[in-house]
Amino acid sequence: MNHRTVAVLAATVFSSVALAGCGGSSDDSSSGPVNLTYWAWAPGMDEVVALWNDANPDIQVTVKKQASGDDLVTKTITAAKAGNAPDLMQAEYQALPTLVSNDVLADISDQVAGAEDAFAPGLWQQVTLGTDAVYALPQDSGPLMFYYRADLFEEYGLTVPTTWDEFADTARALKETEPGKVLTTFSANDAGLFAGLAQQAGAQWWTTEGEQWKVAIDDEATGRVADFWGGLVAEGVIDNQPMYTPAWNNALNTGEQLAWVSAVWAPGTLTTAAPDTAGKWAMAPLPQWNAGENVTGSWGGSTTAVTNDARDKDAAAAFATWLNTDPEALTALVRAGGIYPAATAAQSGEALAEAPEFFANQPDFYVTAAEIAEGTAPAAWGPNTNVAYATFNDAFGEAARTRGDFRAALTTMQRATADDMTGHGFQVIE
Amino acid sequence: MTAPTTTAPRSGRRGGWLPTAVLFVGAAYCLLPVVWVVMAATKSGSELFSTFTFWPGTGFAGNLSDLSGYRDGVYWTWMANSALYAGLGALLSAAVSAVSGYALALYRFRGRETVFNVLLAGVLMPPVILAVPQYLLMAEVSLTDSHLSVLLPVILSPYGIYLARIYAAAAVPQDVVEAGRMDGAGEWRIFRTVALPMMLPGLVTIFLFQFVAIWNNFLLPYIMLSDDEKFPLTLGLFTLLNQGANTPALYTLVITGALLAIVPLIALFLFIQRFWSLDLLSGAVKS
Repeated sequence: MNHRTVAVLAATVFSSVALAGCGGSSDDSSSGPVNLTYWAWAPGMDEVVALWNDANPDIQVTVKKQASGDDLVTKTITAAKAGNAPDLMQAEYQALPTLVSNDVLADISDQVAGAEDAFAPGLWQQVTLGTDAVYALPQDSGPLMFYYRADLFEEYGLTVPTTWDEFADTARALKETEPGKVLTTFSANDAGLFAGLAQQAGAQWWTTEGEQWKVAIDDEATGRVADFWGGLVAEGVIDNQPMYTPAWNNALNTGEQLAWVSAVWAPGTLTTAAPDTAGKWAMAPLPQWNAGENVTGSWGGSTTAVTNDARDKDAAAAFATWLNTDPEALTALVRAGGIYPAATAAQSGEALAEAPEFFANQPDFYVTAAEIAEGTAPAAWGPNTNVAYATFNDAFGEAARTRGDFRAALTTMQRATADDMTGHGFQVIE
Repeated sequence: MTAPTTTAPRSGRRGGWLPTAVLFVGAAYCLLPVVWVVMAATKSGSELFSTFTFWPGTGFAGNLSDLSGYRDGVYWTWMANSALYAGLGALLSAAVSAVSGYALALYRFRGRETVFNVLLAGVLMPPVILAVPQYLLMAEVSLTDSHLSVLLPVILSPYGIYLARIYAAAAVPQDVVEAGRMDGAGEWRIFRTVALPMMLPGLVTIFLFQFVAIWNNFLLPYIMLSDDEKFPLTLGLFTLLNQGANTPALYTLVITGALLAIVPLIALFLFIQRFWSLDLLSGAVKS
């Protein structure tokens, strides 16, 4: 209810009211330390920022802890309309186009020149939106992987699938030997996972051509992903129930479901969802569409962005660069915030030398993860990702529940997204 | 909060079990979620989803100390903030409603009905619609992210003024006010010493309504505040739930926090009940 209300409110107010943004305090004359505010939700961020504040007395950063999600985007846009946005903000990759099209984020390409090499190209592309500008620095990422119950795979004589064809065969084989169990579920309550799977297949949902936006949610690659999962659901060899429910937790905890396609942060979720299964899981690369490749999509992850309201953009960009590329900062972020760093070097840093506690049986967890992360596919987000996601929940939720037509659901998603953009005055081609 | 009570069916009346059964179903529907919160709050993280839903766990003390320890006890700061916003806000709101409702009920002046109709329109307008414009106004005077930014908008409550007018019209007879004037009392004195005591039960109701509304308010503080030291409980619990995709939500803390958050409300209801019985009493002696 709150999500929708906020979104609707913001849309109504901003499309109808011309606002005089009074800048407030735009002081560029002052001497003394620069004070920056930073809206972030990562746990333990204040500890990391304290390191910076100790070392940089003339640039002092204050963290204001926020709740993550779409609502924060709306809140920041509201604040920016009043000239009140924070100097720095944590923003998810898929929120960047929305923030840029509302003129919230500053282009910091001059200030962060040279930072590009620190990140995987697929991630860097997401903060430039495919332009010459740079709107944020990648902070953490969520490369997709395949998690499975190693003990049960052995017990039932299953092999770890390396391609999606093998994945389907594994699901069928399990259903045959153990009819009461399923390999995994297709969940329609988090579009982020589906988006990640589509990226792996090569989908580019939003692209720009000059002034025009091209919306291609129902492109060839995404259609392939939808057909694949729709086929398995219709066949009945995987479940169709959503994840993150008590029933799902229970299915994982009791071994009723043997696997989970998830991101690098899955160990944290499994710790609370399936506490009795510690040490029984293993992680492998995501199954591939073409054997022998190493491509994965992303689910989650966020960036550090500098806003147009920032009093000192140079100082803000300097802090953002330190936070996301400096080894000391990243080590602290991993330890205090439990994030998976976007910076390539930090993925094999000392903070990630040991496997997560839940995966103590797989000592090379993060070595494997880093190899997988190298193959992160680029993602193309649009200014109304939230609409596409909401339509996904509705259309695919219905299709999954009835074990029905996933292609039709995808078409619905395409239509709703393109129509919404047209309605907001974007020039859209399909 | 209200458990339906049923009167014992009189002897000889058939079919009395049906309404009772319906009421029992209704009661269960209302109370089960409360029971769930109470039970879930006693479970540790590993018990939460793996043990029987309506059976207490063993982790209540652990949950409490985890909650108190989270970010140096910021939860109790949220609780204090909620108490400040709801307590002071409802008090001021009841005061403003009292004077406005009294004036609208007992004074005849040009535009009285217009003012009242505008207020009625305000009653129909959901407060969430106003949150964003109010934010922009607060930004104009640089008051965003302050305690005042949450307090000021809740002081003026159209619904409270509406209730106060209705109540004042019914409880304060015009004759009593006239008598006061004859005896030479000023208008303020008449309001304070004569009308106010008569309106008290109604004002208690307004206070309680506003208190609960502000205590549960989400959108206004969400838009206004960015510093989590100033958050009320609703916002604080929301940040606990949304820590980013890579961090599992702190369910046990949120559930325990939600349970503790309703305790002051229940206490307030029990404490204030005596004012309502006073209301019934004063109605009974009037001829």
